[in-house]
Amino acid sequence: MLKKILFQILLLNSVLIFSVQSAESGGMPQLNPEFWVSQIFWLIVSFGSLFIVLSKIILPKISSNLETRKSQILENIETAEKQRIDSEKKIEEFEKIILESKVKAKNIINKNRQKIIEDINKKKEILEKEINEEIETVEKEINDLKQKAPEKINIIAMETSIDLLKQVIGVEVNKSSVSAIVEDLSKKNKGKYYGV
Amino acid sequence: MYQFNVYRIGPEIKIGEIDISFTNASLFMVISSIAIMIVFNLGSRKNSLIPNKLQLISELSYSFVSKMISDTAGSKAKPYFSFIFSLFMFVLFCNMFGMIPYSFTVTSHIIVTFVLAAFIFIGVTVIGFIKHGFGYLKLFVPSGVPIVLLPLIVVIEIISYLSRPISLSVRLFANMMAGHTMMKVFGGFVVSLGIIGGWLPLSFSVALTGLEILVAFLQAYVFAILTCIYLNDALNLHH
Repeated sequence: MLKKILFQILLLNSVLIFSVQSAESGGMPQLNPEFWVSQIFWLIVSFGSLFIVLSKIILPKISSNLETRKSQILENIETAEKQRIDSEKKIEEFEKIILESKVKAKNIINKNRQKIIEDINKKKEILEKEINEEIETVEKEINDLKQKAPEKINIIAMETSIDLLKQVIGVEVNKSSVSAIVEDLSKKNKGKYYGV
Repeated sequence: MYQFNVYRIGPEIKIGEIDISFTNASLFMVISSIAIMIVFNLGSRKNSLIPNKLQLISELSYSFVSKMISDTAGSKAKPYFSFIFSLFMFVLFCNMFGMIPYSFTVTSHIIVTFVLAAFIFIGVTVIGFIKHGFGYLKLFVPSGVPIVLLPLIVVIEIISYLSRPISLSVRLFANMMAGHTMMKVFGGFVVSLGIIGGWLPLSFSVALTGLEILVAFLQAYVFAILTCIYLNDALNLHH
């Protein structure tokens, strides 16, 4: 490539040198051929060296810089995408765990509630039984007392009436006759005293 | 026209009969080349993921030229990328250095632009003949032309092909010279009209400076893109 270019430059040079020698000098400094060859020579030197430096050293560097930047950006985008997917997965897992734990918590609450309710019921039953038993015994006692009460009253009445008679009249009265009278009276007035 | 004068700097250098002394034109060519090398070397030295300013400049111009080539000449023109890149940068920097007052505009000399254009012309022609052999001559015979018109068309095509280096070189040369001459003329008006009447040409001169900077870029771009188009003709023979 370079060889070709150099050859072309040489060819061009000879053509132009010929034209320079045949050209006339005009009013414009541009048309004065005095320094044409020098300008061509220095143009070739400066532009040639510029071309060589740019094409061999600088432009490959710039293009590789651009390439690396492109690939780096692509890589970064890829990793970002990966991380996004990862984070989404983790969010899903997190939500799953939360759902499971919610269900578990509900189960535990329900179990405990049932247990407590059962406990309460059991205790209630036991308590009720005890209460019933107590009520029954108390009722029995009351009934006993009720049944025994008239006899005791009769005895008390008989004794008080004997004492009364003794104090008021001073007569010793037969126990059996007094008790017969008291029993007779209490039988007659049962409804009046007890409301039965 | 003093600004276009070429004069010798330093000693006279001669190879045989040929005078190749170092001139102010040579100085600005070398300055432009070295400036390009420095800018792009600094721009490509560090490879950071987030580019600094110089790196951004070099990478943007790289992708700009590469897009220009692939748009106009297709993917086949990739091997010529570095040539077109250096051509574009060289012309651009020469034009831009010419915008500095009291400097010298290399591209305002027909010989410089003509050598570049002729080199491109010969190079493109050689590439065309290497790629297509004598089939490259089909470039001068457009398809779908009536047989009666064909001789005329072929002659016109050949003339337009041969005038490519002239049009390419004269376009750049004339643009640069005309712009700089205009600036010189308006600058002369400013001086001659003095402090009372000089403001109008001064404002023109300021506006022209902006225009000239635009033209400097545009002509470098046009030079490069026309090279791409010629290269496209040589690489992808459409006819």
